[in-house]
Amino acid sequence: MPKLTPEEVQHIAELAKLTLTPEEIERYAADLSAILEYAQQLQQVETDHIPPTASVLPLRNVMRADEPRPGLEPEEALANAPEREDGYFKVHAVLEGSQ
Amino acid sequence: MNSLPQTIHASRQLLRSGAMTSVELTEAYLERIAQKEPEIHAYLHVAAEQALAQAHLADERMAAGQDTPLLGVPLGIKDIITVRGMPATAASRILEGFIPPYEATVSRKLREQGAVFLGKLNTDEFAMGWSTENSAYGVTHNPWALDRVPGGSSGGPAAAVAAGEAVAALGTDTGGSVRQPASWTNIVALRPTYGRISRYGVIAFASSLDQVGPMTRDVRDAAILLEAIAGHDPKDSTTFPDPVPPYSQMLAGGIQGMRFGLPREYFTADMHPGVQAATLHAVDRLRALGAIVEEVSLPHTDYGMPVYYLIATAEASANLARYDGVRYGYSAQAPDLQENYKLTRGQGFGEEVKRRILLGTYALSAGYYDAYYLKAQKVRTLIRADFDAVFQQYDALIAPVAPIPPFRIGEAPTDPVSLYLLDVLTLPSALAGVPAIAMPAGFVEEDGAQLPVGIQFIGRPLDETTLFRIAYAYEQVTTDFHLEDTP
Repeated sequence: MPKLTPEEVQHIAELAKLTLTPEEIERYAADLSAILEYAQQLQQVETDHIPPTASVLPLRNVMRADEPRPGLEPEEALANAPEREDGYFKVHAVLEGSQ
Repeated sequence: MNSLPQTIHASRQLLRSGAMTSVELTEAYLERIAQKEPEIHAYLHVAAEQALAQAHLADERMAAGQDTPLLGVPLGIKDIITVRGMPATAASRILEGFIPPYEATVSRKLREQGAVFLGKLNTDEFAMGWSTENSAYGVTHNPWALDRVPGGSSGGPAAAVAAGEAVAALGTDTGGSVRQPASWTNIVALRPTYGRISRYGVIAFASSLDQVGPMTRDVRDAAILLEAIAGHDPKDSTTFPDPVPPYSQMLAGGIQGMRFGLPREYFTADMHPGVQAATLHAVDRLRALGAIVEEVSLPHTDYGMPVYYLIATAEASANLARYDGVRYGYSAQAPDLQENYKLTRGQGFGEEVKRRILLGTYALSAGYYDAYYLKAQKVRTLIRADFDAVFQQYDALIAPVAPIPPFRIGEAPTDPVSLYLLDVLTLPSALAGVPAIAMPAGFVEEDGAQLPVGIQFIGRPLDETTLFRIAYAYEQVTTDFHLEDTP
C-alpha cells in the first residue's frame, strides 16, 4: 500500500514549486495516501494489451496556415505584469549575489 | 415574484415585440442582481457599465432590422472564461486583479451575436470542487435553500440562472461541473461532446476533459446557446470541423421507439433514496412517451473516480505551472526567483488546488508514471469502450447526476476520497468525451426545504441533436419544474 511520508510530500512540493507549511505537509501526506490507496484498485484491471487514451478526439495533427497575423501589442502583454522595466517583465535574482 | 422573462427565447420575443428594449431588460436584470446578491453571491464581478453599453448596441442593431436568437439578451459568464475588459480570476487569489488582454472564442461569438454580459460568476477555484466553497472569494448560496451549496464548480452560473439573476449562463464541465450544480438548482445544463466547443481563452484545468457548457432554464435555450458557440476554431486545434446543426430547430419529433439504457452501476449503495426515486420516475415518463428502457451495464464505471483524479490532476499540474508570479496575477515578491515561484504559488493557490497539483505531480513523477498515470490512461480506454458498446444497441442512457441532494454549507465530507466520490456519476461520460444533458427531475424534502434533484441523458459523440430531442420530449411531460420560481 502506498503511504506518502511528509518527506515525500516535501519532495513533490519542490517539484511543483510550492511552499507548504508544516501543517499542510502533514495533511497532504494523509490525504494523498488515502487517495492513492483508493487508486490501487486500478491494479486489478487487466490492461496488458490495452492502448492508453491521451485524447478521445479522432483528430490528429491539426494544422493551420502558417501566416503572420497581428498579436498582442507589447503594452497589452505587459499590462498585468507585477513588475516591469523598459518594456520587459522583471524577475528577481536568478543567481546568488546577482542584481 | 420575478416578472422578468426567464428564457432566451422569451426575452427575444419581448424585445422583438418592442415591449421592452435591451437597455430596459438589462437594467431590470441589474436591479434583480442588486436585490438578490446579498443572499446568493453568484457574481464575482458585475459589469453594469459594459452590459448597458452592449445593450445599447443591441438596441441599435434591432432598430436597424437585425434579429438573431441572442440579440440583446443578458447572460452571465463563469469566471473561468475570459471576457475582454472584465477581470478573470478563476476564483483564485493567484489571478486577483488580472484583466485578460483577449477574450475566449465563446465570448467573442456571443458578443458578435449581440448578447449582453452582465458579469462574471463564481466557481470553485480553477473549477476544482463541488460547491463553490473552494472559491477564494466566498461561497455561493443555493437559491432553493440558502444554507446549502449550489453545487460546483459552476455553482455561480447555476445559482444566477435559478435565482433569475441572468437569463442563461455559460459554465464549464471537466468532470461534471455544469451538470451537478444544474441538478442541485433545478436548471438544464449540457456538457457537449469533447471538441464541439472551442476552449480558446478558457482558463485550463484538465485539457483532455475541459468543455464549455450552456446552463439554462429550459432545453430550447440550451440548444440556442450551443448553436451560437459550437464549431471549429482555428485557435483551438481540438475542435471538430463538423458543421453545427440548427439544434434549436430540431427539438420536436418525440422519442417513440427510442431505446434507452439504464446503467445499473449508477445506482450506488449510498445513493439518497429520493434521487433513485426521481430517476425511476423519469424512466416511467420515458416509457409513457413510447420509449424502451432496459437495464444495461457499464462494467468499468467504478474505476472512473480514480482514473479521473489521476488524469485530471496530472493535466492540472502541468496547466497550472504557468502561474509564476512574473507575467500576471499575484506575486509574493520574494527576493530570489526560485523562492518567488514557490511562495507565490504556495500563497496564491487554495487548499484543494494545491492538493490536486501535488497528486498530479506525484502521478507524473519518475517511478510512478507507469503505475498511476499510464495505468489510468489505459483504464480510460476501457471506460470509453463501455460507452461504445452500449451505444451499439441504445440511443441514449438515463441516469442520476449526483448521488445526494445539495449539502449544507460547511458540511461537505471532510476526507478527500468521499468528496471525490460525489462526482462518480458524471466522471465516466467526461472521460469518454460523450455529451450529456442534465435536467430537472423533481424535488426531495429535507428538513422542510425542497431540494432539487436532476437526471442526465448521455448520448453518442457529436449527437447532441438526439439528446436535445430526448430532453425536450421529457421536459414537455414533466410538471414544469423548470418554470418554478425559487422561494
